[in-house]
Amino acid sequence: MPMGEALPGPGALAVLQRNFGVWRKLLVPSMLGNFGDPLLYLLALGYGLGHFIGRMDGMPYITFIASGIVASSVMNTASFEGLYSAFARMSAQRTYAAMLATPLRVSDILAGEVLWCAVKGLISAVAIIIVASFFGAIQGPWVFLALPVILLAGLSFGGLALVMTALARSYDFFMYYFTLAVTPMFLFCGVFYPLHSLPPFAQQLAQVLPLTHAVALLRPLLTGHLPHEVLYHAGVLLLYTLVAYGFAWRLLSRRLLR
Amino acid sequence: MAPVVNLAFLELRALHKHYGGREVLRGVDFVVAVGECFALVGPNGAGKSTTVRAIQGLTPTDGGEIRIGGRVLAEMGRAARADMGVVPQTDNLDPDFTVQENLWTYGRYFGLPKALIRQRSAELLEFMALSGYAAQPIHSLSGGMQRRLTIARALINAPKLLLLDEPTTGLDPQARHLIWQRLRELRRQGTTLLLTTHYMDEAERLADRVGIIDHGQILAEDSPRGLIATHIPGGVVELRRMDGALPDPQDLHRQWVSASERVGDTLICYGADLSPLLTHFAEDPAYRWLQRPASLEDVFLHLTGRDLREESE
Repeated sequence: MPMGEALPGPGALAVLQRNFGVWRKLLVPSMLGNFGDPLLYLLALGYGLGHFIGRMDGMPYITFIASGIVASSVMNTASFEGLYSAFARMSAQRTYAAMLATPLRVSDILAGEVLWCAVKGLISAVAIIIVASFFGAIQGPWVFLALPVILLAGLSFGGLALVMTALARSYDFFMYYFTLAVTPMFLFCGVFYPLHSLPPFAQQLAQVLPLTHAVALLRPLLTGHLPHEVLYHAGVLLLYTLVAYGFAWRLLSRRLLR
Repeated sequence: MAPVVNLAFLELRALHKHYGGREVLRGVDFVVAVGECFALVGPNGAGKSTTVRAIQGLTPTDGGEIRIGGRVLAEMGRAARADMGVVPQTDNLDPDFTVQENLWTYGRYFGLPKALIRQRSAELLEFMALSGYAAQPIHSLSGGMQRRLTIARALINAPKLLLLDEPTTGLDPQARHLIWQRLRELRRQGTTLLLTTHYMDEAERLADRVGIIDHGQILAEDSPRGLIATHIPGGVVELRRMDGALPDPQDLHRQWVSASERVGDTLICYGADLSPLLTHFAEDPAYRWLQRPASLEDVFLHLTGRDLREESE
């Protein structure tokens, strides 16, 4: 297959629009989840646990945890969308088959799906940012710069999830990914405590994981500082996005065009 | 040089395809003319759906060539699908959308302008007798209505070629007749139709020409009448005994028929003039008999055999 087929065209936007249209129909329960869950986390961890912890890394714990929850929520939302929802569209609903009967190509579908994962991650992140600002846990002039970072992180998590979806035979398969990738990232990438409190080898291991880099960029931006080593962190996220997209495209093409 | 008028719209030449060691298409050859309705009939696993996927450019083939409007499909890429409509075997409407939204979304996949989609979807809902249902959710539609919507959706780009993979499987007679009427209307308007089916009556009613496919090859190809005249000349009489025993154990029928076969408890006789056979057995109260004209189904069973085919595609 020529490599040009891997590059998506404007059809990706029609796929994105379709997913957005479905999301809009389920707006109320969806937004409830977006606002409700982070509120519970902030209350339980920020106030509950934060009461005993006090300050962490020079800021109140609720401020520390708020930016971590923003980053992990992008990961969770984009991953869930790219795994379960995308798999439902591919297998049970046969939406991909319907799309392939039109001029859309695998690359258009894949790019539309990855973009949608990122947009959904952005929606959930913005909801948390709004909630957390009421607690004073998000502040500073750089919050708007967090938005492109959130989108980029969403693209990388969405891309990785779609690699798994392209390989999956059933929903059960996704438990491996959650247990072996999503949960470890949630716990060891600096969401709940600073990375430097880990032993050195674990810190190095964490450098390999995309959530580490999302947190490294988002925590400063959401607490009024400019992050260090921006190019390095953004570069890792971009690399994850491109490599995951390439793999997902190959695997999906093999699966759908046979 | 005088231009050559090529009436062949869709040409399949020596199409080969294998999955692993299993050959699904072993040199499929046929031509569909502009504005013609061609039916591909065959048992399960004969290669019908693979052929339809290959025509959409969604299945890389291992040999042979497909041309659409004279152009080689492999060189057209996705542009080929811009002029195609596809009614898949399994409905894949968007369950979260209404009837109208399904058409709308599908039109966007073709990159059609909004005003055109709006105009066409109103016409198509009218055409498929779904006008009152534009705002209804998909799950509120009956199976036949969903099927009609799937056909309407396949027409949103005003395709030159409509591919229908078992369009009426599982529908009640009323729903099937409505769909047949609409497909004939489309054909009159000049759309080229390729349909796969394992309902012989469907092929007989819709198709100008029928290709019988089995084990990845076209076994015979002609008009429904031509196929019947070639393969099963004359009429058919089916004989059964009331008590379920073997009919005509002494093979008396042989003297009056040109061919016959035994299928379970039934003796099927073929011949130009079967009245002597009937005179003999119709008198006998132990027998039940059925006289009927030869049908496409007889041709189909004659060519593909009577073995049961389990789902494998």
